[in-house]
Amino acid sequence: MTVVHDLFGGRVGPVILSILVILSAVTVAVFFVARNHCSLELRQRVRSWWIIVGLFLIGAMLNATVAMIFFGLISYLALKEYFTLIPTRRTDRRIIFYAYLSIVFQYWFAGMRWYGMFIIWIPVYLFLLLPFRQVLIGETRGFLENTARVQWGLMMFVFSLSHLAYMITLGPVAGSGVGGRELVLYLVLLTELNDVLQYVWGKTLGRHRIVPRVSPNKTVEGFLGAFFSISLLAVLLAFLTPFTWYEALFAGMFISASGFIGDVVVSMVKRDIGVKDSGNLLPGHGGILDRIDSLIYTAPLFFHYVYYLYY
Amino acid sequence: MLKTLFFLLLVRPLVLLVCGINVRGRRYLPDRGPCIIAANHNSHLDTLVLMSLFPVTKVCRVRPVAAADYFLKNRLLAWFALELIGIIPISRRPTRKDGHPLAMVHEALQQEQIVIIFPEGSRGEPERLAPFKKGVAHLVRTLPEVDVVPVYLHGAGRSLPRGEALLVPFIIDVRIGPPLRYAGQGHARFVAELHDAICRLEQSIRGGTTDDQGTGHDI
Repeated sequence: MTVVHDLFGGRVGPVILSILVILSAVTVAVFFVARNHCSLELRQRVRSWWIIVGLFLIGAMLNATVAMIFFGLISYLALKEYFTLIPTRRTDRRIIFYAYLSIVFQYWFAGMRWYGMFIIWIPVYLFLLLPFRQVLIGETRGFLENTARVQWGLMMFVFSLSHLAYMITLGPVAGSGVGGRELVLYLVLLTELNDVLQYVWGKTLGRHRIVPRVSPNKTVEGFLGAFFSISLLAVLLAFLTPFTWYEALFAGMFISASGFIGDVVVSMVKRDIGVKDSGNLLPGHGGILDRIDSLIYTAPLFFHYVYYLYY
Repeated sequence: MLKTLFFLLLVRPLVLLVCGINVRGRRYLPDRGPCIIAANHNSHLDTLVLMSLFPVTKVCRVRPVAAADYFLKNRLLAWFALELIGIIPISRRPTRKDGHPLAMVHEALQQEQIVIIFPEGSRGEPERLAPFKKGVAHLVRTLPEVDVVPVYLHGAGRSLPRGEALLVPFIIDVRIGPPLRYAGQGHARFVAELHDAICRLEQSIRGGTTDDQGTGHDI
């Protein structure tokens, strides 16, 4: 009963309910009404969306401690996918092990709300520690490239992403009754919808490629369509935040734009290595990097926006 | 019972969650023996990955062939190898009085078990295929109805290479090819065909050409 109350009560309730209703409608459409017009891939995607939504609701929306473990696991899976993609030397195994280990500490600092440590653990301490560990191993060839690759992965898939975890621990803003849980739902929902809407607008109106060399499927029309839709949705969903309407409008604008940037930055990595998908964890979606790429940019930007304005 | 629990509680979480596997060609995997799985060998993880491909209820029927001199060298390791993994120990330097070195493997196949063999004979350099030994051909010559399923594993040698005790997780690619059968082509020929089949699977990873290619995912 408490689970039902936690998920469907308060301000998040109507939003979560709407997500489930819309996803059900899409499922009925794809699996029954228009079954013959839909590809296997589309059906796989819809099935995977159910799993993603289900895991997110249980993992992130119920309990702050569970949320730390949930986001920590996502960081781990993403970092592992990244390390599997990039070339590594045998001697890099040690610093890669440290990189994995640092995830535990990063989410532990987030969980205990030790802001100072949370914000410098990876950019300062790991940044200084990893080269030192390389010195102890003593392999000089490829030192700069490999240390940079590992540090970059940590910044993207652990540091950036962990802002979601820290955000969930934020208490209610005085006078508004909303806190971390509502803010995380707001951000994740808008970021993921931005991805979906870019695709939908691009499919229906897309003519002009926006970054042809990096991501040939992305169009100017898709980007602009999503940009205006998300800006509007951000204002409509502002009851999940302490924002005034213009603060919400600005949030929607930068969530849409930076989500797009995150997406193409991860595409750059894949193009550099020469793969199309980062993995196959989510049937129809590719790997986990393909799913969280936009959040890598939106999470820290949105976090610091809220943190500056209200905390 | 112990073996099933060991795989359910330790091996499968290690292989599927900590490392993660990416399998192509699962349809070629037999659901019952007798059958030989032939794979390249770079890491102790190889055996655990191959065994995790089978449902946990069937894992008791999957038996890796392993070197007796390595795995039976002390009592603790021998208990682990025989009771928890269920290896079929073979001697790498057989003497006349031991009987035929592959007799136990032969017996396991006759009992319709699934046998895992690493034709390279030992863990080699990561991602480099060593010449194959002829044991597999000896087995299928006397049991020509047994399928030999070629498997190429990539990434296990990165996660846990030979001579390292620290496991550093990377996703392990598993490519399974269509089964081969012995049709009187001779030992050397059969082993060469098996080698070619595993090489082709290796190239399918390198070149990124697979039967079901990704499509570049945006939503």
